[in-house]
Amino acid sequence: MIFTNLRRHRVRTAVGATGIALGVATMLSVVGLLGGAVKMFERILRSDAEMVVFEKNVSDLFFSNVPDALVEELEEQPFVRDAQPVLFSIVTAPDRPVVTCFGIRPADGRLSKGEWLEGDATTFNDEGGAVVLGERAADFLGAKAGERVLLGRGEYPVAGVVRLENGFENGGVFMPLGTCQRAFHKEGLCSVVSVGLAEGAESSEVKEWMEKHHPTLTALENEEFSRTYSQFRIIKTTAWVVGACAFLLGGLSVTNTMILSVFSRIKELAIARVCGFSRGQVARMIFGESLVVSLIGTFAGWGLSAAGLHLLRAIPQLQGYIEPRVGWMEVAGAMALAAVTALAGAMYPAWYAARLKPAQALRFE
Amino acid sequence: MKSHVMVKDVWKSFDQGRIEVLKGVGLAVQEGGIVALCGTSGCGKSTLLNVISGLEEVDRGAVRVAGYDVVNESTRVDLLRHHIGYVFQFHHLMPDLTLAENCLVPVIAAGGSRASGMDRMHELAEATGVGHRLKQRVRELSGGERQRGALVRSLMNDPELLLCDEPTGALDESNRERVFDLLLDLVRARGRTLVLATHDPELARRCDRTVRMRDGRIEDDNGA
Repeated sequence: MIFTNLRRHRVRTAVGATGIALGVATMLSVVGLLGGAVKMFERILRSDAEMVVFEKNVSDLFFSNVPDALVEELEEQPFVRDAQPVLFSIVTAPDRPVVTCFGIRPADGRLSKGEWLEGDATTFNDEGGAVVLGERAADFLGAKAGERVLLGRGEYPVAGVVRLENGFENGGVFMPLGTCQRAFHKEGLCSVVSVGLAEGAESSEVKEWMEKHHPTLTALENEEFSRTYSQFRIIKTTAWVVGACAFLLGGLSVTNTMILSVFSRIKELAIARVCGFSRGQVARMIFGESLVVSLIGTFAGWGLSAAGLHLLRAIPQLQGYIEPRVGWMEVAGAMALAAVTALAGAMYPAWYAARLKPAQALRFE
Repeated sequence: MKSHVMVKDVWKSFDQGRIEVLKGVGLAVQEGGIVALCGTSGCGKSTLLNVISGLEEVDRGAVRVAGYDVVNESTRVDLLRHHIGYVFQFHHLMPDLTLAENCLVPVIAAGGSRASGMDRMHELAEATGVGHRLKQRVRELSGGERQRGALVRSLMNDPELLLCDEPTGALDESNRERVFDLLLDLVRARGRTLVLATHDPELARRCDRTVRMRDGRIEDDNGA
């Protein structure tokens, strides 16, 4: 009966499914986009390391101050393979209010992973003081290798231009760590230190050592960091809240559709009761119809979000910045929410339908 | 013979007691009995049928059908699934469904599969002359065909008791005769009990017993 009813009220079914589809598409797109952004930022931090060290209780890594002398200390420990400092900063450039700067050591592996489009890394050191531009940064700053670029109050020679996979890095400026520290008055400091563990070493060894020797700093495994870093949590929570709001609207559409569906076939429902349908069967039929509508909507919304994200990735200006991540967890979450929404949306119509008195309903005009 | 339907001192009112429709009605119908409830519109015929089927709850009194006291929801559901078939003045078939899909609704309600009801549906549809129309949507059928389809639907679960509320009231004269003949033939051939509400004295005369109602009471019962 469920499929028969949905089939013969195709428009109504389509409207209900569209509401859910838009909810699912919005949720998956928002969660996917923001999740992708978080993952991109995580990759900036990791740089082939297993752990991140930063200042305890800091709300934003841009405000974290870690002494760069820690790097040498850490590298002397047997459980550490290598340690790399990164200083994050924001600077202005002509016609560009926000440019992200990464202060790194020349030995940091992240530049070698990119494709060098112009120049090389010979002058990328504190003596040369040259900067390396991500491809997009070079584009919007209008600078080439060998030229000079104005960043904040300083002018810097451009050592080269690198195409990087990560959108944040590709739109940023890399400075030698010492140059970056001087430019932002953070001598002797960095924002984070990424730590690579020696073979067979445990992360707990780093944590214990940090707790003992640098109690104002914290060392977290990458996974742990992603889970607990407040900015990531805010972003992820925002994504789910926005998605849930979209679902609420979708849910209202399902409720509306199901109410219409019940009210427009009061006589039919009465006849079903006369034919032997129990109140439970009638309620299950309404819930079932709502669930099937939500299932159709979920798959349509999944497809819609996949197509939308694919289109976004194809826009040249957004390449590198958009890296949506829609995994099974997100899809399962959206499906569960869609099912809950469908059930909640069908509660009143099902209750109403089950309580119909057949004899009165048959007199209904 | 034992009573198939037993109605004892039944009172039923609407609008919070302001409109009294049944006023102490008593009726016993034996197995295989064919009873016509007659009377003018508003005398309480339809309400009495609804009370017998459990579609309306009584204010006072008792109703017993096929050995069941009609007192609660589960009894009513069980009666409507297995023991009672109902035919209305208007067919009340679902217009967007095929006649076959409509006929299978009682089978599904009783927990059976579509396949399990197919043989019976074809047999009844052939007997009522709508076998060739089963795949048609209800909206494509004539008035007589729809009412015959409703008759098939009411008999799908082989009920012992058939309640008919003006089953030919919406049909033209030729269809009225045909449908009523069919109804009597089917009921008699299967030994079923029929309680029929009608204001047509001609149809009432063809039944075994006539119960005349007036103003919520039984005025005359030629089988009493």
